[in-house]
Amino acid sequence: MRLFLIPALLLAGPVLANPAIAQDRVLTVYASDYVASEWGPGPAIEEGFEAICDCDLQFVTGDILPRILMEGEGTQADIVFGLNTDMTARARASGLFAPHGQDTSDMSLPVAWEDDVFLPYNWGETAFVYDTTRLDSPPASFAELLDAPDDLRIVIQDPRSSVSGLALLLWVKQVYGEDAPEAWAKLAPKILTVTRGWSESYGMFTDGEADMVLSYTTSPAYHIAAEDDLTKVAAIFPEGHYFMAELAAQLAGTDQPELAQAFMDWILTPEFQATIPLANWSLPAKLPQADWPQVMRDLPRPATTLFYDEDQAEALRQPALDEWQRALR
Amino acid sequence: MAARAALGAGHAVAAALAALTLGTLAAVAWGAGGLSALTGWDWRAVWFTCWQALLSATLSAALAVPVARALARRRFAGRGLLVTLLGAPFLLPVIVAIMGLIAVFGRNGALNGGLEAVGLPPVGIYGWQGVILAHVFFNLPLSVRLILQGWQAIPSERFRLAASLDIAPRDIFRHLERPMLRAVLPGVWLAVFLVCLTSFTVALALGGGPGATTVELAIYQAFRFDFDLGRAAALGLVQIALCVAALALARRIVVPAAFGAGMDAGPGVTGPPGWRRGADALVITGAAGFLLWPLVAVIATGLPRIPALPGDVWDAVWRSVWMAVVSALLSASACLALALAIARGAGRWVEGAGMLPLIASPLVLGTGLFILLRDVASPQQMALPVTVAINAAMALPFGLRALIPAAQALQADYGRLAAALDLRGWARLRYLVLPRLARPLGFGAGLAAALAMGDLGVITLFAGDQPTLPLKLYQLMNSYRMEDAAACAVLLMGISFALFWLFDRGGRLDA
Repeated sequence: MRLFLIPALLLAGPVLANPAIAQDRVLTVYASDYVASEWGPGPAIEEGFEAICDCDLQFVTGDILPRILMEGEGTQADIVFGLNTDMTARARASGLFAPHGQDTSDMSLPVAWEDDVFLPYNWGETAFVYDTTRLDSPPASFAELLDAPDDLRIVIQDPRSSVSGLALLLWVKQVYGEDAPEAWAKLAPKILTVTRGWSESYGMFTDGEADMVLSYTTSPAYHIAAEDDLTKVAAIFPEGHYFMAELAAQLAGTDQPELAQAFMDWILTPEFQATIPLANWSLPAKLPQADWPQVMRDLPRPATTLFYDEDQAEALRQPALDEWQRALR
Repeated sequence: MAARAALGAGHAVAAALAALTLGTLAAVAWGAGGLSALTGWDWRAVWFTCWQALLSATLSAALAVPVARALARRRFAGRGLLVTLLGAPFLLPVIVAIMGLIAVFGRNGALNGGLEAVGLPPVGIYGWQGVILAHVFFNLPLSVRLILQGWQAIPSERFRLAASLDIAPRDIFRHLERPMLRAVLPGVWLAVFLVCLTSFTVALALGGGPGATTVELAIYQAFRFDFDLGRAAALGLVQIALCVAALALARRIVVPAAFGAGMDAGPGVTGPPGWRRGADALVITGAAGFLLWPLVAVIATGLPRIPALPGDVWDAVWRSVWMAVVSALLSASACLALALAIARGAGRWVEGAGMLPLIASPLVLGTGLFILLRDVASPQQMALPVTVAINAAMALPFGLRALIPAAQALQADYGRLAAALDLRGWARLRYLVLPRLARPLGFGAGLAAALAMGDLGVITLFAGDQPTLPLKLYQLMNSYRMEDAAACAVLLMGISFALFWLFDRGGRLDA
């Protein structure tokens, strides 16, 4: 025991006392977990912004929305980065956010964007991804997926804990409306398991546990660009695919209003947008298709994009959740 | 003087634990402006939680009996190593364990591969059976360890007397083993039941769907997606009520065993010959296969990729290791203070407070601390200290269980001598207490280090820019890097085991 005490106490000091960086102008950005890791878009964003702002951009990662709602007016965040479209109603209701001040009339989004507070910086659609070496005849439509034999095993995310899971719930609701419970009942025997988040599901899929995984239309781009693997494909359904975007917003109570505004101004610039496709593995919110990386341009695109605005999404969430729970229990 | 100091320290730690577990719950309820009503789905979660904990605990305890008996009465090469290795799953970070279980029992796993090869239908791991399987995997080691201790506590003279009287194994069971099990099993069952009652990650991955929602999972969802602190606090309260009810029930059932003292000299017990020898071998092989195969599967997948892991994984490794070490030292110190006070006759509530972390929800704890501390310091700065403190508290009940009997024996055997010699304060600690209690202390510290290493639950609200290794693992998975994540899992597992081994071993060296 004694053996360990002294070095432990000596070395624990610097670890426990988070070294504060001496910088006058600090922009604090609350971001979702993966953003700031060296494999996410964070490092490029940080480097790019610090080159033009004469400031220190600091990411704070974690459960951003619960945290900001709990902190309220007292939050240290200047920017939140990585909110999801289906959750903006509750974020907006907090009154903590200020308008972004950007022109969103010519975005490269499949839906019109008129929100003056939450600004999309990337987007994609939910899709079921499969492996061509394991699935010979993938369902060609949502209807075919529902009618597929029960030995087709899919893995999805829990709509009570995951944004992509919630998007699936709304996707089914928009395609099947009042018949959503029947659709879930047909899907239920094919659902291998429901995971907390996207990553657990995707890991089960790549491990060969499931034939199809609820993911994004852009997921195959990672395998093509980073692994030279052409076998992962998103099944494109004629019924349409549900739109998901990640959003940024500035805090009304920020103590760095100029920096925060400068960051919001920077998000839609081509420099920022060009980093999105291959770091975030999603599509840029404002960049002409000609400027997308080849791998993203080559991806098959759904003909129809489905989307609920935030009020509809918020109103449908609880009833749709009840339907889902009843069908899958 | 010394007595008063020991009691004071014990009371202080007990009060801190009570504040940490109950105070945070109150803070969450206060932050929400009161409790919210529970929905029908919440009550279903309560029902499922009780049901799966009941089944998991009963299965774990029942399966542990033959394994512990086989290990107690057989001697073979590598037995000591096997007993140590069989304890491993309890120390395993949940996410790593799930990877291993899926690799073996999953749809595409080794077991179904074997079943398919001989023409048998596949088994499914997803659903309530997966939750139970994982809980038995985690808790069978704990149960075996505790029951094995029970067997070893029967003086070997009793077994030798039985052998010289040529008593049949059935009668040995009736006169020696059954009374011991009667004394030990309720405690084992209760420990596993409580661990399963607050289970979270297991149900998330293997539960199969909303039917397998546990209370802790419902708390997570209330926080994370509904931002309904009132419901989270209400659920936390229900969880505590369930645990307290289980504790009260167990208290009525537990009876002490009375075997009298033995010299504990001479060779160990030898088991009955004949078919029972084969059966014991089968039981030991089966348990070893069940508990170790998933570990081997994880290692086989991830080990080759470790050298290719990106640099900042190693930063996370060091951060996590120091966090775990500090957590372990904190936990062991708190344990020591509590155990010494209990040995000197501190009130029952001190012992009760020591068990409180077992029944508290880590999510409620983390959120409560967040609410309490947010005006004092920035959450990023608090992230690591809070994680250290919570993990130290969470591991404390296990260490305390091991330490209390030792501390009581110390007080009974040396208390008067020490008083006569006027040995007190630092000198008493240095020359009497620490050397005599090093073993259980080392065990408790090792357990705390391993649990802290694998923890993910409490950090997400506080997380700053200094990710721990489990968080790093998730980041890798979230960036499509599943192979690197598998390598990270091996690293996490290896370090957890190494830390436990070092502390446990350290405790035995000093003694």
